[in-house]
Amino acid sequence: MTELKRRPVLGLLAGLAVAPKVAMAQQPLRIEITEGVIEPVPYAIPDFVPENAAGAEYAASIARVIANNLTNTGLLREIPVTAHVGRITNFDAPVQFADWRAISARALITGAVRVNGQQISVKFRLFDVVSGQQLGDGLQLDGSTQAWRRMAHRVSDQVYMRLTGETGYFDSRVVFIAESGPANNRRKQVAMMDQDGENVQYLTDGTALAFAPRFSPSGDRILFTSYETGFPRIYLMDVASRRRQVLGDQPGEMTFAPRFSPDGQSVVYSLSVDGRTDLYLLNLGSGQRYQLTTTDAIDTAPSFSPDGSQIVFESDRTGNSQIYTMSLQGGVAYRISQGQGRYSTPVWSPRGDLIAFTKQHNGRFHIGVMRTDGSSERLLTASYLDEGPTWSPNGRVIMFTREEPGSNASMMSVDITGRNLRRIPTPGPASDPSWSPLLP
Amino acid sequence: MNLLTKAVLLVASLALAACNNPRGGEDDYTSGMGAGGGIGSTALGDPNDPTSIAYFNQTIGDTVNFTVDSSDLSPEGITILRTQAAWLNRYPEYQILIEGHADERGTREYNVALGARRAARVQQFLAQEGVNPGRIRTVSYGKERPIEVCAEQRCWDLNRRAVTVVSR
Repeated sequence: MTELKRRPVLGLLAGLAVAPKVAMAQQPLRIEITEGVIEPVPYAIPDFVPENAAGAEYAASIARVIANNLTNTGLLREIPVTAHVGRITNFDAPVQFADWRAISARALITGAVRVNGQQISVKFRLFDVVSGQQLGDGLQLDGSTQAWRRMAHRVSDQVYMRLTGETGYFDSRVVFIAESGPANNRRKQVAMMDQDGENVQYLTDGTALAFAPRFSPSGDRILFTSYETGFPRIYLMDVASRRRQVLGDQPGEMTFAPRFSPDGQSVVYSLSVDGRTDLYLLNLGSGQRYQLTTTDAIDTAPSFSPDGSQIVFESDRTGNSQIYTMSLQGGVAYRISQGQGRYSTPVWSPRGDLIAFTKQHNGRFHIGVMRTDGSSERLLTASYLDEGPTWSPNGRVIMFTREEPGSNASMMSVDITGRNLRRIPTPGPASDPSWSPLLP
Repeated sequence: MNLLTKAVLLVASLALAACNNPRGGEDDYTSGMGAGGGIGSTALGDPNDPTSIAYFNQTIGDTVNFTVDSSDLSPEGITILRTQAAWLNRYPEYQILIEGHADERGTREYNVALGARRAARVQQFLAQEGVNPGRIRTVSYGKERPIEVCAEQRCWDLNRRAVTVVSR
């Protein structure tokens, strides 16, 4: 894929008078995503303006991808194009804000598309309709037409950042398990898609059972567990070339639950020998393997802190599964989960402030978050079976697997506020999502 | 897996499904396919032939069950494993793969570890009963290969199991 380039759009609106009545008194439009209850902010995104004939093919589609992203945040509510009074026919003409106030839009996104051969240029501007002011500079993205969806995601990330003050998460991917076949002999393939469910690609052919793929911190490699040899083994795959290698190859040993260190140089994982499951750290460069835990218990589902100094993991060393943190410098593990029930699959937030987990209690499964010392536990979901949280790159959204009796596995997302529960569109049953970082 | 192996596996699976499994085809189909890369395939033979795999699976009993989160052997399980051990000691030409499984009421990776613990418990017991540990390998499928599918206790009870798969 061609690297996307971006540059500011010339400020053609500079010098034009903005509607004077409201401009001075208003605070700039700002969405606080930490608020407990939010009325979604209404916005309008007309079809982007095609600046040449070839651009027409993409103009509406790009606006739709952006609208889908923004609406799915739950922070914004799109005013449908059919309700628009105004029309944007020239990207650089002054915006008639009255037209957009008339439909109660608070934000307006305009854009333009030009295509020359395999090259596409996408421009956009974001306006605070109430104050009549532009939020941030106009921006132009240039890239390959094949990357048109990524450009729409980049625009979405820009809009999100300008409205919330936080980094977005739209130009990212998810690796997951695509499921098919009967429940007692499920076919499970490693697959990858854009975060909005588009561009699904299959990374394994499904002849061997596979589960729990994990992205590397730079999104260029994945780890997963496969039964290709008949035994669960961890594989490392280069996403671009699809080349893969088995990590460690000791007969009679089962390895699983891998995760990368934040620098991408090491992998922490579980190894089962004689019924004991311990944590190990493998340096990918040197091949050196270090044993991190030595209990007779099940120690599994490790995840690094963003600074790489600690891991969080689950262990049943005190009888049932609980969550522990441990410094990589030295061996004492501290139990942090405090509540009733069983705690599993802890994952450290990319912001470093929270740990997401699966909790089982009274026959129900929950996705929850707690602080890294175990305090302030909050359960975000409840169902017959929710498990395996993964964080959006900005630490605001959690994706996970849900199974309900009599139906197939699906992937859901929920905000860390507990609001905005959504099903992620996938071509078929799907499980074990792992969210990539924002793409470079 | 090459084509010939696939064909042999398919035939073996069909044979299992067709006549040799008292509980229906899925269980042994699962065992055969699941272990496809790890063990070879073998004709099952006549269930009336006490030296046959079919006899081991049906008459001796290839499965022991566990309670929630546990790898402790029940009295019934111990009885079955003693009988397994006696048979395995009588027919040392068979290789042994113990599959550990879990019910769906747990997270995926924990269940792999739990299945490994169950398989290891059976391996230890068979070894105590004189079966050469060098003949035994273990694998865990976690909750990935249930024998029964339903969202009820009945299925969860059956799915918490270790299956002794013999092959020549």
